[in-house]
Amino acid sequence: MSTLAERATAGDVRAMARLISMAEDRADGIDSLMKELYPRTGRAWTIGVTGSPGAGKSTLTDKLIGHFRSKGSTVGVLAVDPSSPYTGGAILADRLRMQRHTDDDGVFMRSLGARGSLGGLSRGTREGVLILDACGYDIVIIETVGVGQSEIDVMRVADTVCVVLVPGLGDDIQAMKAGIMEIADLFVVNKADRPGADRLVHEVRGVLEFLRGRDWVPTISQTVAETGDGVAELGERLLSHREYSGKSGAGRERELARLKTKIEEIMLERLSSQVETLWTDRREELLEAVHERRLDPYTVAEELLSRA
Amino acid sequence: MSDKKKIRVVIAKPGLDGHDRGAKVIARALRDAGMEIIYTGLRQTPEQIVTTAIQEDADAIGISILSGAHQFYFKRVIDLLKEKNASDIIVFGGGVIPEDDIPSLLDLGAGAIFGPGTPTSTAIEWLEKAVLTKS
Repeated sequence: MSTLAERATAGDVRAMARLISMAEDRADGIDSLMKELYPRTGRAWTIGVTGSPGAGKSTLTDKLIGHFRSKGSTVGVLAVDPSSPYTGGAILADRLRMQRHTDDDGVFMRSLGARGSLGGLSRGTREGVLILDACGYDIVIIETVGVGQSEIDVMRVADTVCVVLVPGLGDDIQAMKAGIMEIADLFVVNKADRPGADRLVHEVRGVLEFLRGRDWVPTISQTVAETGDGVAELGERLLSHREYSGKSGAGRERELARLKTKIEEIMLERLSSQVETLWTDRREELLEAVHERRLDPYTVAEELLSRA
Repeated sequence: MSDKKKIRVVIAKPGLDGHDRGAKVIARALRDAGMEIIYTGLRQTPEQIVTTAIQEDADAIGISILSGAHQFYFKRVIDLLKEKNASDIIVFGGGVIPEDDIPSLLDLGAGAIFGPGTPTSTAIEWLEKAVLTKS
């Protein structure tokens, strides 16, 4: 019998979808399936679309899907929406704005609940990208949850990060802030037909002044995602970033940094599951001793680790 | 190490119904029960509903329908699921469906039909049990 990974890479959409669920749930067996898939990855171009809630990320993603499809590329989409911190439930509605692509076999869309992850993605997003990559999608678009200023995990997953801004959300000092403004390879000023768009472009240009002299200075595109205005031009600029990344070696560097993080993450996860077993037999006794100040937390931790 | 599996439900509105208040009420109730709801909005074709459920790896499809065309839409969705080897995805429904029509929808393969006034807790309890026994 063929494995889920074999079925997925042979084009079985159900198998693909199930693999993504397994990665999201951290289901037993997913690691060995990922091992099987990994050699087939490395071909897809991953674009991250991030920005504040209501900036128009889903509508823009919808238009980008259309743009890339018209150029003949197949597109996978992973769209993350927030989960309730109280119940863990979620209403995932990014898809609502992209539903016209459901009838297109060259497009695979998947909604993900953030499930407590704080960086703007879900825990299985990275694996989701690898799965779609292995299944042959040319381009994978990741849409993050609506972010504030510091949810920057998307830079650890995407080859090209596109930060979507809209006029009227804050004064110029907002544009100077660290974090989200620093991870952009491209800026998009969406809803560019609204008052304040020119000023926003001007402010972002001011921030970019500080980056003068770098190999790649982010571009600023103006779009009206609702009508599709400016989307073709944005598509071209995204492509120039991809070409730059390939030629300059910046893409390879980014990939290596990403792999380092991933491998360390896997090790940490395995180690942290071992940590519990290090003291199951003596936990009560040691907790009591620390509580009564006969021992301190540092000594206990050091001693337990030395037994590992 | 693996987490508890999350129940994922596509809430769909086929056909020409003009509003989706009922669908939103059930979507919110299921979310508050800890499920992940994929919401697709108005005027979905059966093909779109089934493709969505497959791509989203949904455990169930909830169809909300007010227009009176329930017989057609339920049959089409259930047939398409069979065609795509996805009959394990549970189909249930609600909206304005006359009592007399319910048995024939269940015969088609719908898991349950919840008429107007059904407490959302009834639907939640039923769905949790149905997903559990399926897997």
